[in-house]
Amino acid sequence: MDGFTTQELMAILAMQGFAGVSFFSVLLLMALGLAIIYGQMRVINMAHGEFMVMGAYATYLCSITLGQFPGMTDYYLFLALPIAFASAFAMGYLVEWVLIRHLYHRPLDTLLATWGLALIMQQGFRSIFGAREVSVTVPGWLRGSYQPTMMIDIPLNGIAILVLTLFVTLGVWWLLFRSRWGLRVRCTTANREMSGAIGINTKRVDRMTFALGCGIAGIAGAAFTTISSTGPTSGSLYIVDTFLVVVFGGAGSLLGTIASAFSIAQAQSVMEFFMGGSMAKVLTLLTVIAILLMRPEGLVASKVRR
Amino acid sequence: MTLINRLFTGRHASLGGIALLALILIVVMPMALDLYRLNLAGRYLTYAFVALGLVLCWGYGGILSLGQGIFFGVGGYAMAMFLKLEASDPESTSIQTTPGIPDFMDWNRITELPWFWVPFESLTFTILAVLTLPAAFAFVIGYAMFKRRVSGVYFAIITQALAVVLTILIVGQQGYTGGINGITDLRTLKGWDIRDDSSQYLLYYLNAVLLIGCVLIGRWVLSSKYGRILTALRDREDRVRFSGYDVANFKIFIFCLAAFMSGIGGAMFTLQVGFMSPSFVGIVPSIEFVIFAAVGGRLSLLGGVYGALLVSYAKTLFAEAYPQLWQVMIGTVFILVVLILPYGLASVVDRYWPLLRSRLPLARRSSASSSSTTESRP
Repeated sequence: MDGFTTQELMAILAMQGFAGVSFFSVLLLMALGLAIIYGQMRVINMAHGEFMVMGAYATYLCSITLGQFPGMTDYYLFLALPIAFASAFAMGYLVEWVLIRHLYHRPLDTLLATWGLALIMQQGFRSIFGAREVSVTVPGWLRGSYQPTMMIDIPLNGIAILVLTLFVTLGVWWLLFRSRWGLRVRCTTANREMSGAIGINTKRVDRMTFALGCGIAGIAGAAFTTISSTGPTSGSLYIVDTFLVVVFGGAGSLLGTIASAFSIAQAQSVMEFFMGGSMAKVLTLLTVIAILLMRPEGLVASKVRR
Repeated sequence: MTLINRLFTGRHASLGGIALLALILIVVMPMALDLYRLNLAGRYLTYAFVALGLVLCWGYGGILSLGQGIFFGVGGYAMAMFLKLEASDPESTSIQTTPGIPDFMDWNRITELPWFWVPFESLTFTILAVLTLPAAFAFVIGYAMFKRRVSGVYFAIITQALAVVLTILIVGQQGYTGGINGITDLRTLKGWDIRDDSSQYLLYYLNAVLLIGCVLIGRWVLSSKYGRILTALRDREDRVRFSGYDVANFKIFIFCLAAFMSGIGGAMFTLQVGFMSPSFVGIVPSIEFVIFAAVGGRLSLLGGVYGALLVSYAKTLFAEAYPQLWQVMIGTVFILVVLILPYGLASVVDRYWPLLRSRLPLARRSSASSSSTTESRP
């Protein structure tokens, strides 16, 4: 690291830190959905990345459609977010009904079946949107950057995604821990038979939980479009990282998921500057695996008895 | 059911079934297929090594590894490194800045053979490496995980992450590994051209014999007392632990055995195809191996072999004609197998073969043994 002054080093850290924030946001949004699905239902959704891509394509369609009307181009995101959520939610609802509900007692098999689903969805995207990556025109008000000092330069879209992520995280927290629906979900996780006995429709709870997790992946997709272009296989690049985030954070713990998404994204982003993307990724993954071996329950252990 | 009966008709690959497989591989296929297709079949058979390993550790041990590509890759790369060193002798690489090192190293301005390449100049070391390195890797991974009681889904995800790590390393360090293209242009093994017709036949037979050897090893392991304990710990791990067994050691062993077989498969793959690349290491091939085992039948050694052959053959057939349809098809097949036929094609054979056999005039005597097929399912 010689050759850098302390001041430069600080600026690099700050900028890479903020570059990591965009990655952190997408990772956290993805992981939130997965954490809900895995943490509450013990279902491994390998097609989660494809649900994200679905949201991304929905956003892309919105930006094209609204791009037809002059003056509306800058505001398509506000339309795209609910549509991305709704489309992924609907797809998730359908998938749970067709596929997942038959496999609840076989967690490893959900992993295999959803992998098959991921293959089908990828091909679906390829047939509809083509193999080439598409990108949206980022709205004008997200394009600039904020410069607190001479050397630090923070892109606005990163800040916007961060704010969006904060809202979604708060929303998920409220839903899970403050609403009646969340109470039912947590009840079902804790004891399925008993929840059924006291009148909770556990099947409905499962379906909504799965669909909600997928819907959040759709929002992650909308956020994803502002930092990168979307291709049919974009989602599969994120799935391993996302799983590690969920497992590393401790399944079922919202706080753990946030902490682990943050540390993984930041570690990778800061190391990337010094040793290049691939080595940074290798080191990050290996560190996470090593920590997981020392602490298999993750950063924040959930108190569910198993 | 008597012991003899179980040994000869039991659920872990009856001897008759193995003989049939040997007949198909060694007699029927070389006669029915031209050299090009036979070589393809040989390539599929190298995948069958991995599928066999998965039947053992996933089907019987309950350990789903999504990182079998790691071991396939380690075996394959070990072999490829030896062949590459032989292919890059100073004479044929005299146009390079540094003659005598593999071409991709020269392109990446490396002037000296890296230390971990040096031992691979010896064939003995290479063969030893093919046989031990994958198992050694598996031992380290398995020891670290099973002793910490990491299992099930966590194990699957971590092995998958390790496969990603290895792929990124291979692609990223292209000066040492050949990068995304892999190690290509392999020609001779100790002066023996591995690409001409007779050697292609020889390699195919070697491959088939090794594969049948692995099936026999697997069968022997499963019909031993160890196999019983393995099945028991898959179904009720805590009870086995409370009975005084060290569960972790059993899991480590079967995981190493699976890795050992995958490594042989990888080395044979390199020999038959003439190159090795990271696209046989990462997530996608690792899951494809699981698909082979799942479609063939996760509780059947022979099923794993046939699964690898059938799915790979279908892949070549359809991916050539309808590349777009293929991905949808394999996805659908995978979902359907998991949903409707969790024990794969082997379970269909298990169910209908005794019925069919009782209709045949030949062997009526032991049709009662078919009841054993459903016995061990969780």
